[in-house]
Amino acid sequence: MAAPVRGMIGSTSIGNTTSFQKKTRSKLVSIPGTRPSVQNGQLLVSSGVSSLDYVIGGGLAVGTLLLVEEDHYDSYSRMLLKYFLAEGVVCGHELFLASARDHPDDIMQELPSPIVDDVAGMKISEGQSQPSDPENPDTMKIAWRYQNQPKVQTALASSVRFGHYYDVSKTMEPELRQAAKCHSFYQLQETPVSKVRNVLRLGLHSLGSVLWGDDVCCKDNPAHCHALTTFLYILRGLLRTSLSVAMVTVPSHLTQNRAVMGRIIRLSDTAIALESFKGSEKETNPLYKDYHGLLHVRQLPRLNCLSCEVPDTKDLAFKLKRKQFTIERLHLPPDLSETVSRVSKTELAAGCGSTATGNKHLDF
Amino acid sequence: MFPELNSILNSTPDSFKSSDFILVSDRRADASFLIHHYLSFYLRAGCKVCFLGLVQSFSHYSAVGQRLGVSLAQAREKGQLVFLEGLKESFGVLLQDTSQETQPLSYLRSPGAGLEGLFRFVESCVRQSGDGNAGESWGPPVLLIDDLSVLLSLGVSVGAILDFTLYCQATVCSELQGNMVILVRCEEEDADDDEEGSNLLQRGLVHQCNLALHVEGLPTGYCRDIHGQMEVWWRQRGETIYNQRKIFHFKVHDKGASFFARGTSSAVL
Repeated sequence: MAAPVRGMIGSTSIGNTTSFQKKTRSKLVSIPGTRPSVQNGQLLVSSGVSSLDYVIGGGLAVGTLLLVEEDHYDSYSRMLLKYFLAEGVVCGHELFLASARDHPDDIMQELPSPIVDDVAGMKISEGQSQPSDPENPDTMKIAWRYQNQPKVQTALASSVRFGHYYDVSKTMEPELRQAAKCHSFYQLQETPVSKVRNVLRLGLHSLGSVLWGDDVCCKDNPAHCHALTTFLYILRGLLRTSLSVAMVTVPSHLTQNRAVMGRIIRLSDTAIALESFKGSEKETNPLYKDYHGLLHVRQLPRLNCLSCEVPDTKDLAFKLKRKQFTIERLHLPPDLSETVSRVSKTELAAGCGSTATGNKHLDF
Repeated sequence: MFPELNSILNSTPDSFKSSDFILVSDRRADASFLIHHYLSFYLRAGCKVCFLGLVQSFSHYSAVGQRLGVSLAQAREKGQLVFLEGLKESFGVLLQDTSQETQPLSYLRSPGAGLEGLFRFVESCVRQSGDGNAGESWGPPVLLIDDLSVLLSLGVSVGAILDFTLYCQATVCSELQGNMVILVRCEEEDADDDEEGSNLLQRGLVHQCNLALHVEGLPTGYCRDIHGQMEVWWRQRGETIYNQRKIFHFKVHDKGASFFARGTSSAVL
């Protein structure tokens, strides 16, 4: 379902079923990097991680808010934010990044580099790709059947695919990054925000943490606990009337007041929580040895329809590999340990008369 | 409109009880499908509906309404439906320099002042039905509120919200013989959350209402085929006090929801 769709998606299928379009007279031409949802025709953008797109129902609907509850050391949620922004750069969307702890430029410099299909490397060119030239002196002699095929694009002009893969060991080339318009808001300085016609991706890092001047995370009864919730409410109202999608990460493990966290989840559309095994006793648990953490889907939105995409299972685990951030169903392996079979076999042993000694792993 | 729910509650668009205060609440589940049911129900019944949609956009309700067979855009044009779109107008309210007390969304700028502006809006809307709009006369007025508990997130106190609902009940239900349906979303029962929580709000409203529908997840865990359980609590009706409770399981489809007795899900039988 989250397989990358090649080619431009026609605007006829979008029509008037999406509610999150700007109210413009012109027919909305398909924006690169978006596609309509198969369920209800919503305009979706990719979150940068294709398995996450699958889990949340195909992608992020334009005009909605994705809430990510951070893991304890903010390593994987920060990774998700970088994937989100890198996807925006590759698709040619505009970006807005606000962060209190690190300067937005630092986060932008750490964006993972996209994996492109051809091995010739990636260059930015100003013009379009060259059409195949029939008078080309390099006519193919052996593979002459392929002469008339269009040349492979070496330039990564705004990609029309939905969802890309990234290599986290390399950072994005500075030219590619600068090709995208990025606005930033750093806690210590102000930047004006300009009008946008493209899809705008907003990334808000660690909202609600102490660095934003909010005491939601330090006290049981914060003095202005409704400041953050009012902000999220107004933000969602703003997103609904514009072509934007926002990803907000919140350090939920620091909030003392559980009711506030519940309200924050209700005020967003999609909410997921990351729980990493680093530093906890689950790290050495053999059940979890293949994974880096658990992913909990707290809330899925019902947009323009009564029912939402109901997931198959709620036991999801993630692992971050170099080229992929995968989210998989957590399978418990069959339990062949001694103790378990011991308990069940001793009850039968008395009846069957077979001896049950301690050295055998499997009793027949 | 869900036909099974109509048969459970013994009401049809042609004959339903008036002066009813219905409270829809949920805990860690989503009961908004019941709001869609009531919206289409009362529009089909020909009532004048005042809808305070504080958490979703108008096009969301209109898209769902189309699947349920009512056209909200048409109803709004004819004057049958008055829709207050909270999300869209909140941004404008916050950017304004001046704010008056009587504006419906004045609680955004001064949450401590209470919900009088909102009540004045509701009152003007439900009383308008008597003015005769080009000969169209609608049935008794109905007030629908999607998610009263979001006002708690915006800083309004529980007492102010309860005052507001009391005023609305006095006007809509007692004076004008209309109905009221309110959705409240609660969180977990928490011992140290008694001060200003949605649980307090829900308990306060349950005492005022005639019918309480409470939606929860299944107590045994997550199931793909049964989306949750709904508890119907018939409370007071005029002078008689029923106090009858029943639990049903439900599953929400694309075009409706099906309700069945516990243990009789089609996935099981």
